[in-house]
Amino acid sequence: MMRSADVLFDIPGPKARRTQSIVGGILTLAAAALGAFVIWQFAKKGQFEGAKWSPFLTGEIWQYYILPGLIGTLKAAVVSVALAAVFGLVFGMGRLSDIAPVRWASGVIVELFRAVPVLVMMIFFFNVYLLSGMFPSQEAFAGVVTALTLYNGSVVAELVRSGVDNLPRGQREAGLSIGLTGGQTLRSIMLPQALTAMLPAIMSQLVVVLKDSALGYAITYEELLNKANQIGSYKGNLIPAFIVIAVIFIAMNFALTTLAQRIEQRLRRRGHTAGLAPQPTADEFETGAIADAESGRTL
Amino acid sequence: MGDLLARYDILGAFLMTIKISLAAGLLALVLGTLLAVFRLSPVPVLRAFGSTYVNLVRNTPLTLLVTFAQFGLLSLLNWHLANQSSPTSVADDNFRWGVLALGGYTAAFVCEALRSGVNTIPVGQAEAARSIGLTFTQTLREVVLPQAFRASIAPLGSTFIAMIKNSTVLSVIGVAEIAFLQSRIIDENADQLYTIMAIVALGFVILTLPLGMGATALSKRLAVKR
Repeated sequence: MMRSADVLFDIPGPKARRTQSIVGGILTLAAAALGAFVIWQFAKKGQFEGAKWSPFLTGEIWQYYILPGLIGTLKAAVVSVALAAVFGLVFGMGRLSDIAPVRWASGVIVELFRAVPVLVMMIFFFNVYLLSGMFPSQEAFAGVVTALTLYNGSVVAELVRSGVDNLPRGQREAGLSIGLTGGQTLRSIMLPQALTAMLPAIMSQLVVVLKDSALGYAITYEELLNKANQIGSYKGNLIPAFIVIAVIFIAMNFALTTLAQRIEQRLRRRGHTAGLAPQPTADEFETGAIADAESGRTL
Repeated sequence: MGDLLARYDILGAFLMTIKISLAAGLLALVLGTLLAVFRLSPVPVLRAFGSTYVNLVRNTPLTLLVTFAQFGLLSLLNWHLANQSSPTSVADDNFRWGVLALGGYTAAFVCEALRSGVNTIPVGQAEAARSIGLTFTQTLREVVLPQAFRASIAPLGSTFIAMIKNSTVLSVIGVAEIAFLQSRIIDENADQLYTIMAIVALGFVILTLPLGMGATALSKRLAVKR
């Protein structure tokens, strides 16, 4: 992306710089005042006393609450992403199939799971597992993973499709003209290139999965948010607990987003693929990491 | 199924989902546009403010924001947004804080959607505008934003579809929308599990499908030919 600021306005002179620093100063002051007010209000309720924070320096809180919660969040996210990749590959290829009924069936499945909110699916599958006795004492985990897999798998399926669609037509024509079948062309020529181009988008889908795993809170899955709640009722320090896990979430997701952007830049430089990174189709836009996918000199 | 529809206010719950979506959508649009202007502005502090907000909010789970709003701001600090003497003040407070959280969360994505629209404009457009002597405001108003808006329709549509689905998260703070009702119905009639799932799924398809198709059609029709 170009620094749009360079073209949209002139480099500020002394007068403009003065106005800018005044505007900036006022805004900074206003933001600082608002922040200070909120902190002061919490402090008045005693949420910022040392005693409310010192539990986070003890091994107990980390050993029995934060680390198990973090493991719960990561376990759900990693298992879901792995399963979603398989689901997405199968149905993405299904949508590109030469056999029309396969194409339609995959299309209906993908569109359906993309339209239904993750939380609704979680509640549904959690209760299905509870009633049927599948996954005894793991119902919450299974519910979270099923819902995350179906939704994100459908998003990945769309990414696969748009990744293949974005390849130049010549790739497929070349494959067919040397005598490969349609399926062979897809598997050995188009998919490898599309997958490389998709890598950053899939990475940033991981951010969505990590965030959405917090929905497990609603079905009592033992993840970070649930644990923060437990810390809050155990030590009476809900706000510090929330702030600590918010920092953990932000740090993890920020690292993932940055990594995704690095990989994307690297791919673009090396040019191992004929395809562009796929355009944001639906909710993968949530991640923002592929918002700058268009190459070329743009604003 | 008719039995369920008669005993529970399923349409009312969907209406609540729509109400949340409209209110939060409006808030997100206003706040998101403001953030996008911040991120494009010549003032460094505004740019820093915009990008900090987007990066913090986008990387926090919505469930966390919503529960924080209720537990922290409403219950602990007693910041009420509803008239305390009204009989529905508890439900109103939850609804308003939920809308604020959802709108504030979606605003970060609206900002990025608008910015991605600006990112599709070739630099030459702005250069041409500047070279015929247009100022910053004129360049934005006459050349950049009209094109950016057209290019943002598709990502904005996706953002709002995601927001409608995210409105279900408000059920964790007890707003009586469709996911909340789904939970209740399952608790009370376990045998209706599949029926209610089918109804809710159908409802969301009806809510989101036309929006998605409309956004795609509109963005194709308004696409800037290059």
